[in-house]
Amino acid sequence: MRTAETVFNRKSLKIDAASETERICRWIRETIAFKMKRQGAVVALSGGIDSSTVAALCVRALGPEKVLGLQMPEQHSSEDTLELSRGVAEHFGIEAVHQDITEVLKSLGCYSRQETAFRRLIPEYAAGWRAKIVLPGVLESGQLRLFSLVAVSPECREIKKRLDHKSYLEIVAATNFKQRVRKMFEYYHADRLNYAVTGTPNRLEYDQGFFVKLGDGAADIKPIAHLYKSQVYQLAEYLGVPEEIRSRPPTTDTYSLPQSQEEFYFSLSYEKMDLCLYGKNKGIPRDQVAFAAGINLEQLDRVYADIEQKRRTTAYLHMTPQLVENVL
Amino acid sequence: MSDTVVKSNEVKTALKGFIVSNFLFGQGSLKFDDADSFLEKGIIDSTGILELISYLEETYTINIEDDELIPENLDSVNAVDAFVLRKLNGEDSANR
Repeated sequence: MRTAETVFNRKSLKIDAASETERICRWIRETIAFKMKRQGAVVALSGGIDSSTVAALCVRALGPEKVLGLQMPEQHSSEDTLELSRGVAEHFGIEAVHQDITEVLKSLGCYSRQETAFRRLIPEYAAGWRAKIVLPGVLESGQLRLFSLVAVSPECREIKKRLDHKSYLEIVAATNFKQRVRKMFEYYHADRLNYAVTGTPNRLEYDQGFFVKLGDGAADIKPIAHLYKSQVYQLAEYLGVPEEIRSRPPTTDTYSLPQSQEEFYFSLSYEKMDLCLYGKNKGIPRDQVAFAAGINLEQLDRVYADIEQKRRTTAYLHMTPQLVENVL
Repeated sequence: MSDTVVKSNEVKTALKGFIVSNFLFGQGSLKFDDADSFLEKGIIDSTGILELISYLEETYTINIEDDELIPENLDSVNAVDAFVLRKLNGEDSANR
């Protein structure tokens, strides 16, 4: 007898890593050489699974001498970011340029603008405090998913306040300087070397709009945007991405307090999110998706509604500049 | 006409005016019914919901608590209308 468990489960997302690698590498070569007339690729290395996998793919497609890695930490980056990204560059034999972006961000007022907005909500916020913004979980309740600011004092006193409209927009706008400054440096190096810039979103991030427009969302090629996160892990293992990268939980590495991608955006672990998004996209019966993800049907409905809501809200991020009429 | 009906009409009229002027540049070309979901119909998005919350708190001098942030209270003209009237009548928690 076939049960829901045997029909749809994590194995449904299994890919043939060897043939998928070959397909992507061929596409990278053809796209960069023939369509773009560029001579290599720039990869911003965060020390995470996605950028490490894209670096590995580019090395396999173009050769290590045609790939430039960029390490661009700032004062809120986690301590192991630099070490991990350096390790990836060394592992794959590519040149890595270290460009700390803290001073650029200070000049732009990134941190001071953030702190002004933090203090409007939490007047006690001062030097030595750390902060992040978080969303409520999607599984626990049907509550509208609105951001809160979490701040922790040097004495570890935590304060959490729901974000108002003005503060939310100001915090996000200031924080987005980080991704946009990084992209500016990526294009600087791409221009001087006649290389293409890679984007490193996986399918969850691309589909759900988890990127900054003209920041990490800007790129010439996005080689893993069609792959679910668990498929990226499969590819990473096949490509020999170091174990310490593959075993590291996904983080945003964007705010001064550590922040998981789950609490910042997806509200669900990537394993569950993969199953739900795959199931929704493929029209898998709801009971099978819920069973595979270990959630009930009511929770699945909330996840599906959240997926649709994020697609609507972030449609603007995917838009190219709109013209009154076709020109070219 | 009861006092409640007058207030209800006031809330609905003001809310629709707020939506049209704030999100639609004053253009009434996007037609929506009082029962339509703001989010599902794309009338306003989740960032707009944040602005709606600020508008309601300032306009009606109410505090909207976290557990009141549910679609049943905020995701249509009818829902907002009923919610605001309950808050003003002291039927929900944290009414100022």
